Amino acid sequence: MNTALISRNDLLLFLGFTIAVLAMPIWLQPFGAAYPDLMQRFAIYGIFALGFNILFGLTGYLSFGHAAFFGVGSYAAVWSFKLLTMDAVPALVFAVVIAGLFALVIGYVSLRRSGIYFSILTLAFAQMSYNLAYSVLTPITNGETGLQLTLADPRHLDRMMGVTGGSPTLFGQPLFGYAGFYFCAGLLIVAFFIAQRITGSPFGMMLKAIKSNQTRMHYTGFNTRPYALAAFVISGMYAGLAGAMLAITDPLAGAERMQWTASGEVVLMTILGGVGTLVGPVLGAWIIKYFENIFSAFNEGILHRTFAFLPDGVEDVVVTVTSKFVGEGWHLTLGLVFVLIVVFLPGGIMEGVRRLFNWARRPASVGRASPRTQPAE
Amino acid sequence: MFEVILLQFVNGLDKGGAYALIALGLTLVFGTLGVVNFAHGALFMLGAFCAVTFQKLITLETVTVDPTQLSPWGTPVEVREPLVQAWLGDFGAVLVNYSVPFSLLLAIPVMLIVGIVMERGLIKHFYKRPHAEQILVTFGLAIVLQEIVKAIFGANPIPQPVPADLRGAADIGAMIGLTPGIITYPIWRLVYFLFSAVVIAAVFAFLRFTTFGMVVRAGMADRETVGLLGINIDRRFTIMFGLAAVVAGMAGVMYTPLLPPNYHLGMDFLVLSFVVVVVGGMGSLPGAVAAGFLLGILQSFASMTQVKALVPGIDQIIIYLVAVVVLLVRPRGLMGRRGVMEA
Repeated sequence: MNTALISRNDLLLFLGFTIAVLAMPIWLQPFGAAYPDLMQRFAIYGIFALGFNILFGLTGYLSFGHAAFFGVGSYAAVWSFKLLTMDAVPALVFAVVIAGLFALVIGYVSLRRSGIYFSILTLAFAQMSYNLAYSVLTPITNGETGLQLTLADPRHLDRMMGVTGGSPTLFGQPLFGYAGFYFCAGLLIVAFFIAQRITGSPFGMMLKAIKSNQTRMHYTGFNTRPYALAAFVISGMYAGLAGAMLAITDPLAGAERMQWTASGEVVLMTILGGVGTLVGPVLGAWIIKYFENIFSAFNEGILHRTFAFLPDGVEDVVVTVTSKFVGEGWHLTLGLVFVLIVVFLPGGIMEGVRRLFNWARRPASVGRASPRTQPAE
Repeated sequence: MFEVILLQFVNGLDKGGAYALIALGLTLVFGTLGVVNFAHGALFMLGAFCAVTFQKLITLETVTVDPTQLSPWGTPVEVREPLVQAWLGDFGAVLVNYSVPFSLLLAIPVMLIVGIVMERGLIKHFYKRPHAEQILVTFGLAIVLQEIVKAIFGANPIPQPVPADLRGAADIGAMIGLTPGIITYPIWRLVYFLFSAVVIAAVFAFLRFTTFGMVVRAGMADRETVGLLGINIDRRFTIMFGLAAVVAGMAGVMYTPLLPPNYHLGMDFLVLSFVVVVVGGMGSLPGAVAAGFLLGILQSFASMTQVKALVPGIDQIIIYLVAVVVLLVRPRGLMGRRGVMEA
């Protein structure tokens, strides 16, 4: 890669991200999260949030129906397993293409409006897909049971090659445990790289311009819709990719993945991490998935052990109170944190980090007179 | 054929009433405060759980074991006596029977307080922020509210009794001189429709015929000028938010016998209600009501077997489909004012 094509900061960020992702099994050890299943989900939802951010973060269009593409990706991948082969690559390609087409249609219609209307339109489309997946499309989606692999699946390609085996592979390598994780991690890194390139490109500038002032763009003579549509489709393809990966790690697809609460979740991830930043959404996805996993595993027994150092009466009170926020009730914590974030830190964690840096740096610059003097115009 | 069409028409009325009531509240909030309130469904759900709480409270009972009486399998009979009945006698029995309508008395003050606290505590800070952030914060709030309810009442739906006198079905067809036995309709759903009509009329009358309502309408048209005239418009808008919460809460209370409430009831209704608001036209009160009933009735028609045979799955998507078409063809909704959120 020619370094002139990519700025030094971008390269550093990309390398840092790559190392952080690949080293996950090491640095997640102290958090008790270094097992492949969870880390796979980190990677998958990281991609989902990255893609959502390309739409929401760059263009400012808040889609409340992104889970539809995620679900479509899952279904497409499982169908590829059923009809073609257990190899992961065709499943991914198939899922991304289908999700992209789906996003093209929905985006073409929805992007005729903006603001809250756009949110409602995407929500309406996602709910339609969800309802249809549960009812009329049962032959394709297998309704409430969810689409599963069966022994009777034709798997034409596998049959031609004489391959047998009932779990997803990558060129014959089974995707279990760490192999599965590194497969997902690789895809996450590629997805991050693409997102980074998009953000830095003239196309990305265009998207940011749509966010800051679409009317002015119109007056300057730009037709913004193709750009917004492209962003929508790309972001739908990301969601499809993530959905396919979820189907690869666990070959099952259900309609609940398309429900609007699932769309809400990716919004939460993006906001929590930091809208419009590259690392933020991924970070948000990791945090939410981590706490979902850790918090929901807590029960009263664990809490009693944790707070055993307190006097008995106090311990009981503390346990009763905290038990409402963990385990089954961890969504309550999530909701509270989310409200607090939107109220006090609309830029998410990334803004928090930036503020901390500025705060830490300020004492050094006290002696100098106004370090950031604006040039006179 | 006429009867069948009429039947579907009436069938849509109760659901339409619920949509209209929620959409009315949403529109009130949007029209006065300019806030897109994703927590409005949660208010509907809170109202429903006011009914649950009330019902639980008045059915608290004392259990005494009576050794003189024996049950068929030889154990002493447990005599359960509701406390309300013991204290209030016959009125207590009526109270237990009519727990759902009576819980309105609990729901109204509670919802008013909840609404005002919500507005003063959180939503107030979001007037100047973009709509996306309003959606996000109220969405978070909705999650918090529903999780609190889940923590208290559990995740399962809690059925509420219909008052004994209002059970069963009314033969509307026979009443208006058609063939009896075709258009029968559960009485409670009829009650719900009438109730929603009364509440809607009351809200409109309040806005139309009281000075308070007049000021609020003036504030909706031009907040700044009303403020310059020395009227504390913010306080009135806060009260309107409380009122919207009360309307949503009452809608929730009365809906409990039709659909046992659970904690995500609000979310289920919210999505539909937003669609209703958008179809009716953001900020238009008559639009919200009309669209609510329209969509309720359309949904009922779409679930006819004949229609479903024609277009499979139409009953699942009709509302969203209508919303998409309306938004694309008539951006400001059916009755939206010119220039209000027309982008």
